[in-house]
Amino acid sequence: MTTFSFGDKEITAEPGQSIGAALIAAGHRAWRTTRLGGAPRGVFCGIGVCFDCLVLVNGRPNQRACLTEVHDGDEVRPQEGTGHEC
Amino acid sequence: VDVLVIGAGMVGAACAYYCAAAGLRVGVVDRGAVASGTTSGGEGNILVSDKEPGAELDLALLSGRLWAELGELGGFELDTKGGVVVARTADALAGLDTLIGRQRACGVDVTRVGAAGLAELEPRLTRDVAGGAYYPQDMQVQPMLAAAELLRHARRLGATVHTGTEVVGFRWDKGVVRTSRGELNAEWVVNAAGTWGGEVAALAGAPVPVLPRRGFILVTEPLPASVVRHKVYTADYVANVASDDAGLETSVVVEGTRAGTVLIGASRERVGFDRTVSLPVLRTLAAQAVGLFPFLADVSVLRSYVGFRPYCPDHLPVIGPDPRVPGLVHACGHEGAGIGLAAATGHLVAQALTGARPDVDLRPFRPDRFEVAA
Repeated sequence: MTTFSFGDKEITAEPGQSIGAALIAAGHRAWRTTRLGGAPRGVFCGIGVCFDCLVLVNGRPNQRACLTEVHDGDEVRPQEGTGHEC
Repeated sequence: VDVLVIGAGMVGAACAYYCAAAGLRVGVVDRGAVASGTTSGGEGNILVSDKEPGAELDLALLSGRLWAELGELGGFELDTKGGVVVARTADALAGLDTLIGRQRACGVDVTRVGAAGLAELEPRLTRDVAGGAYYPQDMQVQPMLAAAELLRHARRLGATVHTGTEVVGFRWDKGVVRTSRGELNAEWVVNAAGTWGGEVAALAGAPVPVLPRRGFILVTEPLPASVVRHKVYTADYVANVASDDAGLETSVVVEGTRAGTVLIGASRERVGFDRTVSLPVLRTLAAQAVGLFPFLADVSVLRSYVGFRPYCPDHLPVIGPDPRVPGLVHACGHEGAGIGLAAATGHLVAQALTGARPDVDLRPFRPDRFEVAA
């Protein structure tokens, strides 16, 4: 099994799973807020097109959770706005 | 209708708006959707800074004033952000200085800035610069929104807009335009078909040599608003715009947008209507942008898009009534400046159709100037 951190939680995932799939399996539905309205977003298209499921992965913002394979020890964080302000 | 505008892009929308505002009955047709052709492939430049003195600069200065008025309508992200031109070398700066002097004599508002001034205008810019210039008249607009908004205002003034309607022929003796959805009557027909203006002109029996010049643009992930504050480009952009070289030319243009994404242009190639993505061009644009703004090295590109800039051999647009075909008026061939020049073009077309004296001499833009003397 692979484990990664999501904020202050530890989440386990299947090897090769995407961050988005692991987050959904762990019961999360939204992990980003929009830039202007602060509205919640999670996986929408699931295939890398819509850029709705963005997360910070090891400090790098705007990573698509649906396409990013999870690696053991990854530090994943919810993203607010552009992810570049914090 | 009095005027049938072919093309629901930025130029067609401006023609429709100004003609409707002048009291003419206006129809607009487009084979696609609003702003689905030339307009959607660009960046939304409204520039005076990249124009050499001459007819196009006169048009750009008029258009800038008109855009500032249109901005009062709201709804299309008109941003009076100003332009910053960066000279990386002493040679480029000398060329820029010459251009600045000539532009200033024509009424362009421009301030010469040194390296420290550039750093103040654009804090994230590379420090490896010789100097530059600040052009407060340069503006930016979201071109698809601007076309849609001007068409909306034209409709409010009585205009009709028919999308998905392709012009297939003309019967000039009857004042009839044949379309894929039937015949329309019009006293005047305005060719605002952008990059396809040459095809429409040929169909109308009055050819103008409008050809496509391909340009790619990169779109970054959204960034905080303050990272790129102006429209920033290198001094060699002006030389490239005016170039007659058929091969690839790239000169970096970087600008933020209201959405937060940063747009990176601008390449120019003459390859017909080939839309194939060229990775070498995208790489060159990205590398040049990082050279200008080093922080971009750590920024992701979300996507790229491609557009065709409609150019004529003398790099001037075709605007005004065509003496070869009574009833036909052209408003096309603006190359990479069609958004910026759209306001003046629409205004001048409306003046021509209402018999008003044009604010700018139309002779340099006349449609029959390419005819070889018999």
